[in-house]
Amino acid sequence: MRIGRRRFLGGALAGGAGVVALGVLGERLAGGAQAAIAAASQAPATHQWAMVIDLQYCNGCKLCTTACETAHYLHADQTWIDVFKMTNATGESYFMPRPCMMCEDPPCVPVCPVNANFRTAEGLTLVNQSRCIGTRICMNACPYQARYFNWVDPRPAPRQPFPQEPAWPVPQVKGTVGKCMFCAAMLPSGKVPECVASCPMGVLYLGDLETDVAVNGLGTTVKLSAFLADNDAVKFKESYGTHPRVFYILGHGQDLETDTQTG
Amino acid sequence: MPEGPAREATSPDLSETTQSEAREHIRRAAMRPVLETPRWWWPAVVVLGAVVVLGVVAWAVQLADGLGVAGYNDQGFWGVYEADLVAFIGVSYGGAVVSAILRLTKATWRAPLTRIAEATALVTLPIGMLFIVPHLGNPQRIWELVWPPYWNLSSPILWDFFAVSTYLLATAVFFYLPLIADLPVAAARLAGRPGVRARCCRLLYRALGGSGQVSVSQRRLIEGSIGLVAIMVIPMAVSVHSVLSFAFASSSRPGYSETIFPVYFVVAALYSGIALVIVVVAGARRLFHLEAFIHPRHFVRLGFLLVAFGAVYLYLTFTEYLIDGYSGTAGLAAWVAQDLTGRYWVPFWFYFVAAGVAPLLVMAVRRTRTATGVVTASGLVVVALWVKRLVIVIPPATEPLVRSPLSAGGVLAGNWGAYHFTWVPISITLAATAAIPLLLLILFRFVPILPIAEMEELESFEEELTEAVEITAAAGQPGVAGPVGRPLIPPASACAPVALPPTAAARPGGLGPPGLGDLSGGGKGWDAAFGWPR
Repeated sequence: MRIGRRRFLGGALAGGAGVVALGVLGERLAGGAQAAIAAASQAPATHQWAMVIDLQYCNGCKLCTTACETAHYLHADQTWIDVFKMTNATGESYFMPRPCMMCEDPPCVPVCPVNANFRTAEGLTLVNQSRCIGTRICMNACPYQARYFNWVDPRPAPRQPFPQEPAWPVPQVKGTVGKCMFCAAMLPSGKVPECVASCPMGVLYLGDLETDVAVNGLGTTVKLSAFLADNDAVKFKESYGTHPRVFYILGHGQDLETDTQTG
Repeated sequence: MPEGPAREATSPDLSETTQSEAREHIRRAAMRPVLETPRWWWPAVVVLGAVVVLGVVAWAVQLADGLGVAGYNDQGFWGVYEADLVAFIGVSYGGAVVSAILRLTKATWRAPLTRIAEATALVTLPIGMLFIVPHLGNPQRIWELVWPPYWNLSSPILWDFFAVSTYLLATAVFFYLPLIADLPVAAARLAGRPGVRARCCRLLYRALGGSGQVSVSQRRLIEGSIGLVAIMVIPMAVSVHSVLSFAFASSSRPGYSETIFPVYFVVAALYSGIALVIVVVAGARRLFHLEAFIHPRHFVRLGFLLVAFGAVYLYLTFTEYLIDGYSGTAGLAAWVAQDLTGRYWVPFWFYFVAAGVAPLLVMAVRRTRTATGVVTASGLVVVALWVKRLVIVIPPATEPLVRSPLSAGGVLAGNWGAYHFTWVPISITLAATAAIPLLLLILFRFVPILPIAEMEELESFEEELTEAVEITAAAGQPGVAGPVGRPLIPPASACAPVALPPTAAARPGGLGPPGLGDLSGGGKGWDAAFGWPR
């Protein structure tokens, strides 16, 4: 058989076009299970979940971390909500809980090669642990270091009220990434996330931007927009363009962007 | 391709009856690894195989127990495997690009090196690609990368996957094309030999090259294709390693988010690749007795290519650290301080001495500008650039992002920056390293180690040249004068590359304008001026 240059180049071009077409088709199909999960939350969203963290009252007891790790059967170093000790410019220290920021423009989502990360219509960024192949490039992308890998076998968990799914990834899956998911499976039944419920100081509020309400573990209910405005709430690392949905209320002399983490 | 008997008859270079003694010499040397089993061959294969098995065992342990046994944790989420991936894919570029550069610049002295360089590229690239397996947390789901419904085309990892796969294809083609013309010769050498391997070789040659001779028109077609692929390989290598850097550079993490990274990765790949080619060529020369074809000056010339890339890499490193450190931006300054004076100062300065300064000194000082010097420097460069990849990958991955205490002049607290080596990644890395010589030893049991057709062409060309010189001399002229009035053609150098008289340079299919090939000069010329070993 004689393959001329013209024919070879033509074939190469056609082959290349085929690969691109396959990729575009793949984008369209974008996965069965994933599409189902996304579709479930495609119904006109009645909630837009957010969180408010009032640093003025946090005493660093880390009960939120403990409650989270207990409820989700996590290892001790899988601090999905971590509490950092911070020191401000005048040398005074305070505590800063850090859950997943539930970014409106999450940098972890587009970097995954297999679409294991996705964002629901209610504004929650979730991980599909039955698809994650464990490249950890999302851990690289997250500017808040809010992602935790299952480096070893997860803690065994008893039978759960929900199936293992992105909205309730319990037990965790070895070799996949896990992170705070605002206890997504509990929210529809009117429960607040474990960390919010466990905070004895009422620091953590679960908020809903849609209904403009926020509530903490002590039962305090506030009008979200007014609460944020009155207390000059800030977002963490806004300069990264991630548009977090976690709002911090700072105490006197505190600045998350310049204060130093000391523990 | 049409294969008429008339065409076959017009291939004088390859007919068995009309070969000169020099050709016989080349053919014997090229086929020696295929035909003879040296005493050390089996022990070497067993030892290297054992190291590979150790790596497989380590990987099995990791598969059972999770990536935690490889020393990873949430504060050090990328480490040795990612550095290995970059380093091994990097060294494979050197082989292909060295060969491509030397072909395109028509450096006549390249001939004995190209097969070894291309083989190095061919075996190291799959090894590098395989590092994606231990790198993944869930390697049993790796099929998802080739399952279009799951693809996320905006992911740098997927770009890497496509880019490296394409490059693997190009490397295989680049190895295969120059091999085609050698296959009839190799098959003739093996004809009538008993044994399973001889039969396998014959089957392989038939499958790869068909039977019968390679006609002149086919040769021309193959040469044209090699030229085309050589041109394609260079931009492909550049783009592939650039894409590999995007997985790091496209994040917001200080130390990864560097616009210099694509260039930095490409140069590092070529630098370490040339170094590995030098080491492999030195090993092959010693083990397969190729001293008659590969001379010390080959190493010195490759050494110049090596330091050219080494100097560029040193310059890029300098630029990166200077600008990031000078800017004083909290995260960047912290990371620079960590590398230069902090936790990672030992590996960083090891790179600086072993692969930054040492090769330049070796090539600058006349006493060390020898084959031994270049090979030693290359060995150092290969190791030091692997260490440099660790310095590139690990410090930024272990940098606390919330508010680095480093930025306030403090030290890392707690388990931040905690990537710990364990026996698992060390074993897997050693296994991959051992796999390079192992695969090369096996590969050269099946294919000729020297590009026979290519060398014979240059050989016959040299014979013509010598004749021309003799005729010219007999006609009473003192010799073909070079630009400074010295003879360009040294009187007695059978195997050494020679420079071309202007008439020969214009010969169709000839060697074109002398590239690095003319540096050997003659007598008191360039060699004496620069003190190159003869």
